[in-house]
Amino acid sequence: MRTVNAGIVTDAVAGLFKEANYTLGEGVLAALKRARREEESPAGRQALDAIIENASIAAEEKIPLCQDCGTAVVFLEIGQDVHIDGGYLYAAVNEGVRRAYEEGYLRKSMVERPFSDRKNTGDNTPAVIHTYIVPGDKLKITVLPKGGGAENMAKLGMLLPASGKKGVIDFVVDAVNEAWSNPCPPVIVGVGIGGTAEKAVAMAKHALTRKVGQPSPDKETAALEKEILHKVNRLGIGPMGYGGRITALAVHMETFPAHITALPVAVNLQCHSARHREVVL
Amino acid sequence: MTKKIALPLTEKDIENLKSGDSVLLSGVLYVARDAAHRRMVESLDKGETLPFDVKGQTIYYMGPSPAPPGKIIGSAGPTTSARMDAYTPRLLTAGLKGMIGKGVRSLEVKEALKKHQAVYLAAVGGAGALISRTIGKSEVVAYPDLGPEAVLKLEVKDFPATVINDIYGGDLYVEGKKRYNLA
Repeated sequence: MRTVNAGIVTDAVAGLFKEANYTLGEGVLAALKRARREEESPAGRQALDAIIENASIAAEEKIPLCQDCGTAVVFLEIGQDVHIDGGYLYAAVNEGVRRAYEEGYLRKSMVERPFSDRKNTGDNTPAVIHTYIVPGDKLKITVLPKGGGAENMAKLGMLLPASGKKGVIDFVVDAVNEAWSNPCPPVIVGVGIGGTAEKAVAMAKHALTRKVGQPSPDKETAALEKEILHKVNRLGIGPMGYGGRITALAVHMETFPAHITALPVAVNLQCHSARHREVVL
Repeated sequence: MTKKIALPLTEKDIENLKSGDSVLLSGVLYVARDAAHRRMVESLDKGETLPFDVKGQTIYYMGPSPAPPGKIIGSAGPTTSARMDAYTPRLLTAGLKGMIGKGVRSLEVKEALKKHQAVYLAAVGGAGALISRTIGKSEVVAYPDLGPEAVLKLEVKDFPATVINDIYGGDLYVEGKKRYNLA
């Protein structure tokens, strides 16, 4: 048994959210620069130039890459031999979010009672926390500030098993096509296939935490990612929807076995400002 | 290629703008999101005067991040325009001439743009740090109780934008996609 103090978790979460909001990860920046080289559309190239320049201004001035500093999504992979002391783990995470958004001049976008009052909670809490118990004695924290424009384009389809691979491809490509210019393309397409309805949706979101463009370790899944990316980039939406070749930087897919009657497919789009950071404690 | 334009937009500016044009705007922009739009439309429906005269003006759909010490404003990129679609035709009737946001507008808005001779432009979403550099002044001019959604008056210099919908029915989102579609 290894002990991790809740205060350490708070510090880590606060630091990760600030860093994620100011500095685009190197992998994402490299993918955007590659997209800039490959894009044929002049308007698309101009949009990519602005996005790349924006990243260097944000990092240099320590101001958020995007004014939408997101819902604070946090993934916790907790080793089963880890004990958290000095407070409740989720409270520690939320304290980290509170601190990052206050000290970091990040926009607080969470509202209470979304169906009625919609009153701002004032500190961007609560975080949306996903917890996984894993072997070992480490605690891995991944933060993903998720912007509203892209999140609002998420989709879930409970397909018939007979629709098969083609059904999956069509569902994902259609989701990107219908989202059009709204999710701030070039996007990263998160896909979850299998499990149950909520499992598929959770996998689609978790898939976005992968290093951009890194293929699935499963060969068949990796081939499907590649095929869907190819199809998505034939849609013509292009950077910011101005028309062009690069509508998506990558497709990341996670899968899980499903019931004999089911083929759940979920899509979660990540805008080009793909801000995620992780640390292992 | 890039046109420099002084705000407010003139009739002639509007006639000359075509979907796909890239522009640099200088002058006054008003900032409003859905909550402020709802209030403005409610005021108009009650026959009240608006907190600022929209006639001839351009509204930027944006909710900035807080200004760090020593800065005029935080990150200041566009938000999704579709959320304003329900209110836009009413403001166009009141004389609004330009809007800046991101993402496709409803058919109703596109028709109203032609009818009222107004334009819809997009700024690059997720480029809020870059755009903040073009803002020289920012003040709250209405609905301060809305906090980050209050109406702001900005003074901008060379604010970069792209014309999406012009008065001739041109639509960059539709045309761009058509041009590069291989499916």
